[in-house]
Amino acid sequence: MDIHYSSEQLAFRDEVREFLTNELPADIASKVKLGKHLSKEDHQRWQKILSAKGWYAPGWPVEHGGTTWGAVEKHIFDEESAAAGAPRTIPFGVNMVAPVIIKFGTEEQKAHYLPRILSGEDWWCQGYSEPGAGSDLASLKTRAVRDGDHYIVNGQKTWTTLGQHANWIFCLVRTDPEAQQQRGISFLLIDMATPGITVRPIITLDGDHEVNEVFFDDVKVPVENLVGEENKGWTCAKYLLTHERTGLAGIGASKAAMRHLKRVASKQQKNGKPLIEDTLFRTQIAQIEMQLMAAEMSTLRIVAAASEGGVPGAESSILKVQGTEIRQAITNLLRKAIGPYALPFLPEEMEYGYEGEVLLEDYSPSLASIYFNMRKLSIFGGSNEIQKNIVSKMILEL
Amino acid sequence: MDFKLTEEQQMLQETAERLVRDAYTFSNREKFSESEAGFSPEFWNQMGELGLTAIPFPEELGGFGGTGIENMLIMQELGKGLCLEPYMESVILAGGLITQLGSDAQKEELLAGIASGELQAAVALEEQQSHYDLCHVTTTATRQDGSWTLNGRKAVVIGGHTAGKILVSARSAGDVRDQSGISLFIIDPNSQGVRRRTYSTVDGRKGCELFLDNAKGELLGTDGEAYDAIRYHSGRAIAALCAEAVGSMRVLCDITLDYLKTRKQFGVVIGKFQVLQHRMVDMISELERATSMAILAACLADDEDSEERSAKLSAAKYMVNRAAQYVAEQSIQLHGGIAMTWEYAGAHYAKRLVMIGHQFGDDDHHLEAYAAQLSI
Ligand SMILES: Cc1cc2nc3c(=O)[nH]c(=O)nc-3n(C[C@H](O)[C@H](O)[C@H](O)COP(=O)(O)OP(=O)(O)OC[C@H]3O[C@@H](n4cnc5c(N)ncnc54)[C@H](O)[C@@H]3O)c2cc1C
Ligand SMILES: Cc1cc2nc3c(=O)[nH]c(=O)nc-3n(C[C@H](O)[C@H](O)[C@H](O)COP(=O)(O)OP(=O)(O)OC[C@H]3O[C@@H](n4cnc5c(N)ncnc54)[C@H](O)[C@@H]3O)c2cc1C
Repeated sequence: MDIHYSSEQLAFRDEVREFLTNELPADIASKVKLGKHLSKEDHQRWQKILSAKGWYAPGWPVEHGGTTWGAVEKHIFDEESAAAGAPRTIPFGVNMVAPVIIKFGTEEQKAHYLPRILSGEDWWCQGYSEPGAGSDLASLKTRAVRDGDHYIVNGQKTWTTLGQHANWIFCLVRTDPEAQQQRGISFLLIDMATPGITVRPIITLDGDHEVNEVFFDDVKVPVENLVGEENKGWTCAKYLLTHERTGLAGIGASKAAMRHLKRVASKQQKNGKPLIEDTLFRTQIAQIEMQLMAAEMSTLRIVAAASEGGVPGAESSILKVQGTEIRQAITNLLRKAIGPYALPFLPEEMEYGYEGEVLLEDYSPSLASIYFNMRKLSIFGGSNEIQKNIVSKMILEL
Repeated sequence: MDFKLTEEQQMLQETAERLVRDAYTFSNREKFSESEAGFSPEFWNQMGELGLTAIPFPEELGGFGGTGIENMLIMQELGKGLCLEPYMESVILAGGLITQLGSDAQKEELLAGIASGELQAAVALEEQQSHYDLCHVTTTATRQDGSWTLNGRKAVVIGGHTAGKILVSARSAGDVRDQSGISLFIIDPNSQGVRRRTYSTVDGRKGCELFLDNAKGELLGTDGEAYDAIRYHSGRAIAALCAEAVGSMRVLCDITLDYLKTRKQFGVVIGKFQVLQHRMVDMISELERATSMAILAACLADDEDSEERSAKLSAAKYMVNRAAQYVAEQSIQLHGGIAMTWEYAGAHYAKRLVMIGHQFGDDDHHLEAYAAQLSI
């Protein structure tokens, strides 16, 4: 047992650092570090740079454009990227639908969709949740009825993250209404430009447009867009969820947020000295940092075990809970750090390139918004209550 | 000791409750919040007509001689409706400071207006780096030929954007964090040398940043000796905020409980899941604690100044801040995605509850204040 990186791993880390130093656009990095909004173009710009380097889809098999990285290399890459202020990878294409296509798709589907994900031509969104089917995903009602060589899709998806940017959506749809819940579900790829699809924004409590409702009204989808077998979509869905969950601990992002917290606490004052020197505040930072340290070690242990061939199981549920609570605790301290300045709501100052009068600091306007926005972490990707149910069932056999 | 309300107090509560219920539907609140004033001038006038804005003032000044209890009853109702009017800022805080410190002439000039609601006042105590420490004052006041000139800036003045008068703390002597040397001034925000930058707040209100560049101020009270009064009346503000939070928490708990009884997943209402039942119980238990502390604060708010009063008011604010944040966060969690949306009333209650912690001291501030005065 040895927690130090090998010399190859250290060399890899240097290579990643050098790449980030040279290639990550400064404006994008500073937006990320200051919590400013990223545009679709920002994400695409960074994706193209990663793709050119061959690092956009590290988890894919090499023949499709992936890498040979092991778990430790992926961890190093994530951590360095977050530290440098690289945008988080929007997971829906590269880390969600792609693994499903690679595992369950036909050769034609792989040849068609994977290169378009790598090139950034397609922006995917996830159409799982419905108004009546959140935690109980298997109760979904969106119907797909076979009609010759098409499915006719009717229903509604909701909470579709960044659906406003997407040109493709992967959906769970009900193809057999008679079958028991998980059974009659299929995994369908749908072109968002198909007639009958309407996307409506949902404004979140922080005033942001990040999620959407997607309505399907007699939408014609070619049968070749089915992934896996008809009525066996739940297998794809479950496979995807385990993939999703491992990434949800967000260790790299939390470490970056922790650095931001320290920076902010060094600038803000309390009782005439920097907040970071205030014992009470400093001990709260320390508490979270220790929790983060433990979560990072756990992640490494779990990913290392997975790379030996094991499937990350219910342990990833524990990590999802811990990781999201840590991230929320950091955003809580960030909000508290600016005292009364958490109150002003300054959407224009939150935009990058704002040239007007700065009320307090460039980082301050977004801190309360981010705190509220991050409440989502314990709700989506399987709520933290659902994760604990999984642990009780799978590990504890209760 | 007696926890019963008098008949007059019950009537007051009912009056406030009815007024809020009729005016403050969720969609009305959205409209008020988005309007230029950021609240409803009509509702404010009605508060004046019903005498609510006159409640805390002594009878000889045209008021009803109300105490912390009456303030609590009104603030709770305002909290239930998530009302946006600067009642605490104008009536309780500015009104209280002027009542205590003002000359007869100043009282005559200002209090009748504040008590009738015709004059809305605001109070500017925080600064960029004060972080709830109200003796941290860098704004300067200098006297020349008997008139005062103010320079500096004051932070996050809730209600300051529409106020007819603003009370400003400024330093005429001493070092940045000295308690002595702080004075209060009445300024006319439309006068020369005063600039306001108006903004909305995260909880749907409005306020402003106040820039003073050789602005004229009228001294309120004795030069250099305002801090005791500032501390005393911010204690009254704290009691009011505690009551407001309790009102908002009560409604948010009701909304959440209702949702637990109606939202179905896995074929049952989610209130059947024991983990959610217990979480809801914890929320109600926090609400109970907060209610008790708000009552304690209300009963002490108008007592004579003492270390014990200050410590207990800190205890109240600490406990209420904690409870408010817990109820806010858990209500969102128990709802799932729906409570993350702007359209959902509960989300706005949650935002207000968290933001109450950013006025007159967060949990850390009051934990330290209480610990410093711990009796051994
Ligand atoms: C910002 C955001 C982005 C999202 N993005 C996407 C997306 O891109 N694509 C997509 O498909 N979905 C997305 N979602 C949806 C997300 O997956 C759901 O919100 C989540 O599954 C919870 O469902 P729900 O909101 O309907 O809450 P519900 O399932 O109604 O849950 C309400 C409460 O009940 C609890 N609960 C439910 N069942 C149980 C149980 N058996 N035991 C104990 N407690 C239980 C939950 O934990 C929660 O506290 C997003 C959500 C948010 C908030
Ligand atoms: C110091 C001491 C003094 C006592 N004195 C007396 C006495 O004077 N007279 C007397 O009659 N008894 C007495 N008791 C007994 C006491 O009332 C029981 O211990 C108590 O009722 C719990 O029962 P149990 O120990 O069988 O635990 P169990 O009932 O088996 O409970 C075990 C655990 O399961 C939990 N649990 C059980 N049911 C549920 C549920 N539906 N939902 C969620 N969680 C649940 C419990 O909270 C507990 O954590 C005493 C016990 C102690 C420890």
